[in-house]
Amino acid sequence: MTALTLAPATVAARAANAFPRPRVGRLTRRLGVAVAALAAALAPAVPAMAQSVAITNARVVTLSDAGTLANATVVIEGRRITAVGANVSIPRDATVIDAGGGWVTPGLFAPAGRLGTVEVGAVDGTRDDQVSGEAAGFSAAFKVSYGVNPRATAIPVSRTEGVTRAAVTPVPGDSLFGGQAALIHLRPAADAVFKDSVAMVVSLGEAGARRTGGSRGAAMGALIRALQAADTIGPLDLTQRWDGPIPRADAEALAPVVRGEIPLMVQVHRASDITQTLKLIERFERLRLILHGAAEGWMVADRIVRAGVPVILDPTANLPASFDRLGATQRNAARLIEAGVTVAFVPAGSDSHLPHLIRQSAGNAVANGVAWEEAFKAISLNPARIYGVERELGALDRGKLADVVVWDGDPLEVRTNPTHVFIEGVATPMTSRQMKLHARYSDLDGAPPFAYRRPE
Amino acid sequence: MTIVRPSVALTARRPARSLAAATVALLLAGCATTGAPPPEADAPATPATPAASDTSEPPAASTAFPSTYEPLAHPATVLRNATVFDGTGRRFDDADVLMIDGKVAGVGRDLAIPAGTAEIDASGKWVTPGIVDNHSHLGVYPSPSVRAHADGNEATAPNTAQVWAEHSVWPQDPGFVRALAGGVTALQVLPGSANLFGGRSVTLKPVPARSVQEMKFPGAPYGLKMACGENPKRVYGSRGRQPSTRMGSFASYRAAWIDAQAYRDKWDAYERKRAAGEDAEPPKRDLKLETLKGVLDGEILVHMHCYRADEMLQVLDMAQEFDYRITAFHHAIEAYKIADRLAEANVCASVWADWWGFKMEAYDTVPTNAALVHAAGGCAIIHSDSDMGIQRLNQEAAKVLGDAERMGLAVEPAEAWTWLSLNPARSMGIDHVTGSLEAGKNADVVVWSADPFSVYAKAEKVYVDGALAWDLDNPAHRPITDFELGQPGEGDLK
Repeated sequence: MTALTLAPATVAARAANAFPRPRVGRLTRRLGVAVAALAAALAPAVPAMAQSVAITNARVVTLSDAGTLANATVVIEGRRITAVGANVSIPRDATVIDAGGGWVTPGLFAPAGRLGTVEVGAVDGTRDDQVSGEAAGFSAAFKVSYGVNPRATAIPVSRTEGVTRAAVTPVPGDSLFGGQAALIHLRPAADAVFKDSVAMVVSLGEAGARRTGGSRGAAMGALIRALQAADTIGPLDLTQRWDGPIPRADAEALAPVVRGEIPLMVQVHRASDITQTLKLIERFERLRLILHGAAEGWMVADRIVRAGVPVILDPTANLPASFDRLGATQRNAARLIEAGVTVAFVPAGSDSHLPHLIRQSAGNAVANGVAWEEAFKAISLNPARIYGVERELGALDRGKLADVVVWDGDPLEVRTNPTHVFIEGVATPMTSRQMKLHARYSDLDGAPPFAYRRPE
Repeated sequence: MTIVRPSVALTARRPARSLAAATVALLLAGCATTGAPPPEADAPATPATPAASDTSEPPAASTAFPSTYEPLAHPATVLRNATVFDGTGRRFDDADVLMIDGKVAGVGRDLAIPAGTAEIDASGKWVTPGIVDNHSHLGVYPSPSVRAHADGNEATAPNTAQVWAEHSVWPQDPGFVRALAGGVTALQVLPGSANLFGGRSVTLKPVPARSVQEMKFPGAPYGLKMACGENPKRVYGSRGRQPSTRMGSFASYRAAWIDAQAYRDKWDAYERKRAAGEDAEPPKRDLKLETLKGVLDGEILVHMHCYRADEMLQVLDMAQEFDYRITAFHHAIEAYKIADRLAEANVCASVWADWWGFKMEAYDTVPTNAALVHAAGGCAIIHSDSDMGIQRLNQEAAKVLGDAERMGLAVEPAEAWTWLSLNPARSMGIDHVTGSLEAGKNADVVVWSADPFSVYAKAEKVYVDGALAWDLDNPAHRPITDFELGQPGEGDLK
């Protein structure tokens, strides 16, 4: 069994860099089939069928009990990981990717943001990330999933940077509630949503006050009344008039939140607002919370950990950008993790177009006191846990869905790039509109004229 | 007549090279004991002052609101055994960096170290010139971001060339300290991009101060902020005013330059008469036209917010029509499409690493933009335009390096440092005094805990004019702004 070295048919393959480049090989005598299969896997227009793949000679960050393994192999069969370890048998028909000692990790999972719902920020018709409750007549009932575009150009940009899953979280418009978040995969497909209504977004603190009557008390009062209305709502009876404090559709959407089936994702920064938010659990016992933002979270870390509430934060946020964030520090993540809080990181940049910068966020978290593995969990396993999909995603373990990324170096380093990105066992194309633009204009003297150049 | 010295750099492609070569030659010869700076290197270290007896000089804008900056204590210091990017594109291993009297006195091994020089063990550390950001709104859009602080856009008319950013700067912006902690030693604060002519920029050092004058970079020329594209036409079009279209913008620019030419001619005529000994009344000063005249005279550097390639080329034509220079296009999302033309015109492209998609003119970003500009022989600059980005400009450049490598475009890291210090300094007309570690330049120096293109690197020590302005390990050298005093997290590691 000799592994044959093939040139990966990707733009990335043209790179001449300092990192050892993983080699693609194949354990088969039927070379022609291998080449065809590989070409199919990498052809941008036609998503490849899942196949057997073995990634060998890798430093494997499993995020499971196995820890990080040197010289290990990851085997993918169909949609799933079937083996991880140093001495695993490789299926006879598997395509072998020699990682050359490089890193292999679970796919990155952006825990919040607007990927797939904003094509161009300032072009209204391309935006589906928020609702006007006033215009629509509902807000909590708003599902961002209807607007997710699997062909958004930001998806390949993020995928080729190692992101395989993302939570799409609506932004509160003119109402207290932003609506319902959804989970998407970044595989080329007709539909990107794989789990809907995974969280209910609400904004408190300064931002919530602005939307509800000018003070924090108004926002909290409005939230409590809405949850109470949801708690008491019965089955739909069209003969009865609804005279609840919020639209009936919103009360229905909030009912599973009060029952603890869908977590309430509260956007909040100030320590005192976090404290008040956590008190909601005393009033609504089954309520599950997620804190989003939490710039001053470290100041009340003990309360957060006691409440068992996870926190989604930007670990680089260190400016008193508002009076809600006077205590902001890059030590926030380290202090929360030290206290035992489950954290996940949002990107240090646009959450609609640069969700892959969660890697840079995690790298900066390490530079500010977070252990490497904890930082990596904050952009992979922890988001999966927060949304209750950790049985399938977030780690490299036998039986899990094969979201696997092969890197040409330490994945938290900003100079590192993926060489292969598998999503649910599918080798995804390593191309993006940005790469095509680069290729078109990389030679300004060449012919034919630019518009006639069609990069792969 | 008092003129702010126009930077030589603006006409010479890479002016620092000859000096660099000389320094390197000395180092190679093993006798790099450069105590005295070259005479020309630090000449304009003090602001120009008006001649006291002559009240009828031309517009004295360059002498108003003078810098009162004073460096902190700067004892002679040598950083030992570091890996050094000197900022001109060179890397030295196990080298020393000597700072005397606030100036770089030498880089290399076996430097002659005067007695009494403080020694810092920098083995395992990396040393670079301080980062220079040519696009910041610190102070004019400070933290906290409240309406009372929003002083960055005089968005009341499309041409506000008469406003000066420095009159909006709040020196207590905590962002200045964060920038310093990120290794920034000079920054250009610009008005925003709502207007075609936004007003004058100011070049500052991110040092704690009671007034903006105490932060002003001595001798730095002024810049003029101009803007293309979507922002001005959106702001004024929505009010039913010109410009509501790109063609409206160009008509407005050109009308303004015609007025500026007439204003300049009036002053020139007056000066000729005076020179000939004739009686002459000086024309009345007009602050708006004075700034534009400064551009026509080559004293004020044009920094133009412009995203699209086609629009940048039109602006270059306009600059030819009115005989002025564009120093840098800022944001320049599509610079890579015209990198050859920008190099030819000697105009810098000041860009983000990867921002994109927030508006139409930011749709065609490539994360290799800076590298493509560099590869075409142009002047690439990584700028922040952000109170967060300014803290991590080294990482922004690192992302470009990584993406360029992936696309088969390898750039030497030592060379990429020119994007962060020397090229922005050049665009701000201060590259003769900062932006590299050449002997005689200001000792604006950063000691990094690791390779500064690593995400894990922290700026441990930041020297501004040879003075330790920031020390990660010593609270006594970590300034706290008035605003953060007595607040949650005061004195925290931010």
